[in-house]
Amino acid sequence: MYNKKLIIPGLIIFVVLVTSPIWYNGLQAGPMPKPELPPGGEQNCVRSAAYMRDNHMVLLNEWRDDVLRNGNRVSITVDGKEYRKGLQLACMKCHSNKEKFCDSCHEYTSVKPYCWDCHLSPADIASKETL
Amino acid sequence: MIEKALKGKPAYWMWLAILGVFITIGAVCYLRQFFYGLGMTGMGRDLSWGLYISQFTFLVGVAAGGLMLVLPYYVHNYKAFGRITILGEFLAISAILMCLMFIMADIGQPLRGLNMMLYPTPNSMLFWDMVVLLGYLSLNIICGWVILTHERKQVKPPKWVYFFVYLSLPFAVSIHTVTAMLYMGLPGRHFWLTAITAPRFLASAFAAGPALIVLACLLMKRVANFDAGKEAINKVTTIIMYAAIINAFFVALEFFVGYYSQIPGHIHSLQYLFFGLEHHGEFYNNLVPFLWAFVLFCAAGLGLLAYGKIKDKLSDGLVGAACALIFLGLYLDKGLGFVLGGLVVTPLHEIVEYYPTANEIGITLGIWATGFFVLTLLYKIAIGVEHEVEG
Amino acid sequence: MDKQRRKFLKIAGATALAGVSAPAVVKLTSTPSLAASDHGAAAGHGDSHGEEQPTGIRYGMVIDMRKLYGKPELMDKAIEACHSVHNVPHFEDKKNEVKWIWKMPFENVFPDHSVYYSAKIKEENEYFALCNHCDHPPCVRVCPTKATFKMEATGIVAMDYHRCIGCRFCMMGCPYGARSFNWFDAKPNIKKYNPDFSARTRGVVEKCNFCAERLPLGKEPACVEALKDTGAIVFGDLNDPHSELRKILDKEPTIQRKPTLGTKPSIFYIV
Repeated sequence: MYNKKLIIPGLIIFVVLVTSPIWYNGLQAGPMPKPELPPGGEQNCVRSAAYMRDNHMVLLNEWRDDVLRNGNRVSITVDGKEYRKGLQLACMKCHSNKEKFCDSCHEYTSVKPYCWDCHLSPADIASKETL
Repeated sequence: MIEKALKGKPAYWMWLAILGVFITIGAVCYLRQFFYGLGMTGMGRDLSWGLYISQFTFLVGVAAGGLMLVLPYYVHNYKAFGRITILGEFLAISAILMCLMFIMADIGQPLRGLNMMLYPTPNSMLFWDMVVLLGYLSLNIICGWVILTHERKQVKPPKWVYFFVYLSLPFAVSIHTVTAMLYMGLPGRHFWLTAITAPRFLASAFAAGPALIVLACLLMKRVANFDAGKEAINKVTTIIMYAAIINAFFVALEFFVGYYSQIPGHIHSLQYLFFGLEHHGEFYNNLVPFLWAFVLFCAAGLGLLAYGKIKDKLSDGLVGAACALIFLGLYLDKGLGFVLGGLVVTPLHEIVEYYPTANEIGITLGIWATGFFVLTLLYKIAIGVEHEVEG
Repeated sequence: MDKQRRKFLKIAGATALAGVSAPAVVKLTSTPSLAASDHGAAAGHGDSHGEEQPTGIRYGMVIDMRKLYGKPELMDKAIEACHSVHNVPHFEDKKNEVKWIWKMPFENVFPDHSVYYSAKIKEENEYFALCNHCDHPPCVRVCPTKATFKMEATGIVAMDYHRCIGCRFCMMGCPYGARSFNWFDAKPNIKKYNPDFSARTRGVVEKCNFCAERLPLGKEPACVEALKDTGAIVFGDLNDPHSELRKILDKEPTIQRKPTLGTKPSIFYIV
């Protein structure tokens, strides 16, 4: 290997830089977030909690395509209560605090979904007069 | 080969630094637009394409113009172009990079740009434009680079590269044809809804692209000790003349169709661009000086070249002035007039004029500067190799 | 050593390129999208002879302007109903406007119709303009991501705001100026929220959706509902010969916007 003197220190610097967030946080991932359960006391979601934890984004995308593109705006019934398919129309009816539910985990995992660029969060709705 | 771009005279570094300043300005302006939205531009609901798309359209032509150097050399074995075909290929690379940057600057959700590939839509001409632009870019990178490396080693380029060279010829035509098709197939946009748009684009491209290469050659003759050869320059100027005359002929045909048929939709845009349009007591004529400058510049450029050729007095100064005039003229025609003229009468029959904002112009200058930056580096490499081989 | 590295880089580059373009190729070959553009067949039945027998629902509208002449406040009511139900932002500057339905003079809404010696009533009144939900929509033809598309089940030309990249090609394609772009953030410019509908993000195109979200609930479009007492707008299925809409169309002479372009609008006007 030629240019050993440059390459090896370079590689070391690179590895240190890339892993720097881990060092910076002292090898700790920070406290695990505890998303708030529905304040209304609802016990069941459209799917099991485990499924939702892993796949809510997949389900949301399926709903989105179903409602918008296929015109399947069917409603879903959970525990005898009927909801219209949709983030604003179903999910947020129970998980009525986006900040304490969605954001807590998304911030922790540094995920920035663009849902709320368009959709109105309960806080958005509360901030203005409604129809 | 890249090391050739890293050694240069102070003037070379000064030039790159100046471009760097414009690139920085453009980057800052773009960040502002990125975080604030396209509302920072002069575009609006009724005139929703502006400077970015018109620059894109013009630069696709500059990229396609390289064909006029590549084709005679590879198909007709015209040896005099041997030294400058690489310049055509490298110009195409930087022009297409500018095109792609202008598209990115123009779209409202740049982060979703990949949707073009995730949801490919063959009935959209924009999809095909992406395909041919990326194809032509890759072809020019492959051909330019392989041929230059082999020239440097003074061996023949491998046979397989000629497949890509010949493939790049129809691709050059297709990039500008498909770009014209973006406009040609839109119902209700009378100025664009004409089959002559594509050939007219090609004609103006085959004048503007080579004109820029001639200008670069003349400049490099002075500052970089690179001589394209008198015969080559002479031939390129002939090509430029033919192409510019054909473009003028097509424009004249547009005038005939509009003013002889007397169909308002076919007249409006031409009237606005060349004479000004009256509507409900108001007079709209923002672009009139630019379009007459186009006519004047092209006529003067052609006149100079014709004079030089007839009297056999083609000096560098004369050729340079003529090419600069023709390039600028065609820029005013296609880079401003075509897109903005087609949009001035909205589908709701209102007249809306366009005023680009400072931020928009900043981004536009930044992208041009980036293109010229890349072009400078590529030409530096190309000339460096030629000097190495010869010296 | 040097040669191998080059070879490796070349293969890596080629693989990366193939990887990037693979999804496009896979999608193109696996979906019937190549055949999906039914526009090729359009030329065949562009004229009224030998028209294909229509199937399924195709929503349409007839706007009886006779019931709106001299009553611009009624028109404003319909516009307001639509815009508030759909969280349409309001911008003062005409350049940045977002609108789904609006009113304009006859010569603007119907620029292809003659205005020589036209009836005074035509000059004194304004007309509704909105998305025509064309049978052959040019906006759908030009969209590079299928963000705007025709719902085959209803004939509604719909928008998927999640997918729109904001290229505004559809605004170039639309010969009716029916589409608006979000030049700025919408939320701060919405006065009242409808909690049952979303707003739009900056950088996407929007337009009338024929109230696709209200129809499944058994509601009529907001503009129709707002003018229910007057019956000025009638909404229904153009393919159903027994619908109220068809009965009106069978009886009354109607006009359409720019019919020569062959887009086949679903909106009819009685003037």
